[in-house]
Amino acid sequence: MRDETLSSAETDSGRKNGFLSTSSSAYQALNGWRLIPFLVAAVVLVPVGTVISSLFVPAGDVWQHLVETTLAGLLINTFWLAVGVAVGSALLGVSLAWFTAVCEFPGRKFFSWALLLPLAIPAYVTAFVALGLFDYVGPVQTALRAWLGPDLFWFPDIRSRLGVIIVMVLAFYPYVYLLARNAFLTQGKRSLEVAQSLGFNRTQGFFKLALPMARPWIAGGTMLALMETLADFGTVAIFNYDTFTTAIYKAWFAMFSLTAASQLASLLIVIVFAVIIVEQQFRSRMRYAETRQSAKATPIPLTGWRAWLTFGFASGTLFFAFLLPVMQLGIWAVGVVERDFDQRYLEFLWHSLLLSAFAALLTCAVALLMVYAARRYPDSATRGAVRISTIGYALPGAVLAVGIFIPIAWVDNWLSEMAMQLFHIETGLLIQGTLVTMLIAYMTRFLAVSHSPIDSAMQRVTGSIDEAAMGLGLSGWATLCRVHLPILKGGIFTAAALVFVDVMKEMPITLMTRPFGWDTLAVRIFEMTTEGQWEQAALPAVTLVLAGLLPLIFFMRQTES
Amino acid sequence: MNMLLELGNIRHAYGRQTVVNDLSLALKKGAIGCLLGPSGCGKTTVLRCIAGFEPISAGAIALNGAVISNAGFVLPPERRHIGMVFQDYALFPHLTVLANVGFGLHRLQKTERAARTAEILETVGLADVANKYPHQLSGGQQQRVALARALAPKPDLLLLDEPFSNLDVTLRGRLSLEVRDILKSQNATAILVTHDQDEAFAIADEIGVMHQGEIQQWDTGYNLYHRPANRFVANFIGQGVFLPGTILDPHHVEIELGVLAGEVPHQCMPDCQLCRKGNPVDVLIRPDDVVHDDASLLQATVMHKAFRGADIMYTLRLPGGGTALSLVPSHHNHAIGEKIGIRLEADHVVAFSQSAR
Repeated sequence: MRDETLSSAETDSGRKNGFLSTSSSAYQALNGWRLIPFLVAAVVLVPVGTVISSLFVPAGDVWQHLVETTLAGLLINTFWLAVGVAVGSALLGVSLAWFTAVCEFPGRKFFSWALLLPLAIPAYVTAFVALGLFDYVGPVQTALRAWLGPDLFWFPDIRSRLGVIIVMVLAFYPYVYLLARNAFLTQGKRSLEVAQSLGFNRTQGFFKLALPMARPWIAGGTMLALMETLADFGTVAIFNYDTFTTAIYKAWFAMFSLTAASQLASLLIVIVFAVIIVEQQFRSRMRYAETRQSAKATPIPLTGWRAWLTFGFASGTLFFAFLLPVMQLGIWAVGVVERDFDQRYLEFLWHSLLLSAFAALLTCAVALLMVYAARRYPDSATRGAVRISTIGYALPGAVLAVGIFIPIAWVDNWLSEMAMQLFHIETGLLIQGTLVTMLIAYMTRFLAVSHSPIDSAMQRVTGSIDEAAMGLGLSGWATLCRVHLPILKGGIFTAAALVFVDVMKEMPITLMTRPFGWDTLAVRIFEMTTEGQWEQAALPAVTLVLAGLLPLIFFMRQTES
Repeated sequence: MNMLLELGNIRHAYGRQTVVNDLSLALKKGAIGCLLGPSGCGKTTVLRCIAGFEPISAGAIALNGAVISNAGFVLPPERRHIGMVFQDYALFPHLTVLANVGFGLHRLQKTERAARTAEILETVGLADVANKYPHQLSGGQQQRVALARALAPKPDLLLLDEPFSNLDVTLRGRLSLEVRDILKSQNATAILVTHDQDEAFAIADEIGVMHQGEIQQWDTGYNLYHRPANRFVANFIGQGVFLPGTILDPHHVEIELGVLAGEVPHQCMPDCQLCRKGNPVDVLIRPDDVVHDDASLLQATVMHKAFRGADIMYTLRLPGGGTALSLVPSHHNHAIGEKIGIRLEADHVVAFSQSAR
């Protein structure tokens, strides 16, 4: 007994020594890391601060003009769009999630993954396909006129508030679907059983238990859809449905007032922050909810007309949200591929690939550094800095573009002035109109996307793994190469793939901060669709959809196994 | 006596695999029954069939004399008045303890509901945490909330699915006695499912040992241990070894350690083939049947020893080469390899025909 106590005390002190020696040797060179999260947080806060401070800048003529003419319309448009998309994607996402998670109907297995496919199509692509199909001159109305005569007064106008809402719901419902399905899979069947054992029937059980219990997830998914809606630029631009993002663009590039653009951006940021605060509330509640998978939950079989109604509902959603846009894009692309697949297209593609690769590399490197810094210094200040750094995903691209351009222009002017005064050299503008602006903006916006997979991969590298490696005689560097990197590899790859695709699809930042002549696929789509040239936007759109499918399929494979 | 719950020859198949086969049992009002068996033996499925979550393909289940399940008919679970405590408790994370417990009382008036909720919370000793949320409670408290929630509507029958499997061992022992007291105080009829025999012995009046979808023996804990009906039960319940022996007459069996005299083996019927003189049998010897006695001439060699505090479990090699277990007070501390004197002390014989192995 005595011996045992002694030896255990010895190993304890040995462990302590080992820990001390790590901090003094292996990590010594990395002490500067401590600052990284704070630096990145500062980079994220600069555009936010810039935009918000413009609220206190005296209102210019352009702003006055905007307030008098368009501001009320913008607020109303944004409000109805937000409400419509939130309600629509919640209804669609929750019902599909319930059917595929808890019920049995023909094709359930197929639909449970296929209903995520719309995530691969950027909303603005769905938007222009919908316009091209259902507009007055589109094939649907043309065919109907040929068949029923010229008077189609009953046909709804696709270029309307309802049209934008429907397109966005079809694009964003998968967020709600994904989260709600997760909740229903883990607790849906079980909560029904509990309700039944307490004397409720299934319908009561769904509304009284399953739905309230899944509320944090449903709300979380709806908030994601809402943030995408508020950040969206391409869809509303194509529909000519003015919201804050398009107004920012017009103030800057049509009225040439960066101040007015910034002031509009500040209003949008206030709305977005309100949504974030609500979202955080739900997320903190989600943490307490149990997510244990209940033992083999046999699905509830739907029979007869119920089964086929559900089948029709799921296949209808999949048809309009994915199959129809993809088929139409394919038809257009095949029609124009001879003419459009030229040097210029390859240039757009090259620009897109290059930007996405750079952005993915930069973002993942920064995320990796932050994750290591947070692991090394797990104090509340660092954690706060990490949280601020990853909030950029909620900032609409249009806001970021303005918020980053203004300080960079300021630094640029200062630099060239200094160069003039000190060295009498005409430097011109050094940073503006280079890729640097774009990359900083991308990094700010997509840091959260790369941070979360790398961070969750890092959770698997526990402290005792380090100690075990040291116990086996590995140096700090060897531990990094032989233990950490192999564990983190998957997370880093996922992060890079997600950022890569997100940057490829990104429209407002690219459009507003790109160097002259740097047109990408997304920019090409914007330019063609604003002129109603649907066919000419098809080839770049097909490329984006294919790129978007890759990480999605990868993700589905991962969740299947 | 009228039975509250009767299962008659029920069968449940999952796909092609028969999970429960021709199973029957009956439970009196106010009794606590238990289905005990290794994992995968179908015990939870039986519970879910009784609850109405799973259909049965043959046989019938009756509650208070009324059929609630048979082949092709399942009375919906919500109309059975059967409560259930789930293995993972399945508490509602978004509701307080009070609201969790009151959830099933939706048919009562507001005042009645409050009174019943308060009463049952008092019974399970959770009145002071009524306004907390499940995640703020300890595992044992969560377990009692689940019990209170299931008991609140005064179900005719309460089902408990591995109710203690999420708790640590020390808590299990204490809580199982507490749960028995609570159930008895509510005069509840209950069926418990577990793989832990100590739990089963602590809570249940009657225990059914299950194996491969069938009940091997339905009996009291005492009888399962001392009068196992077959080899599976003998192996599954408690510890022991089988030693080869020969029948002398229905009251005596000779084994290596001597002649065992005792009651007729209870599973032996008149004119059974087993009890004929000269028949070879396997005799179950429990650790408490082999007593350490320094004066005994019968010597066995210590092969293993496991110190258990109050006593030591010795694994002994018998002179003839067989193995036996012996539970000895721990002050008789012998080294491995030492020879110690032992003596048989059993007042009944459990023997199984060697041919029926």
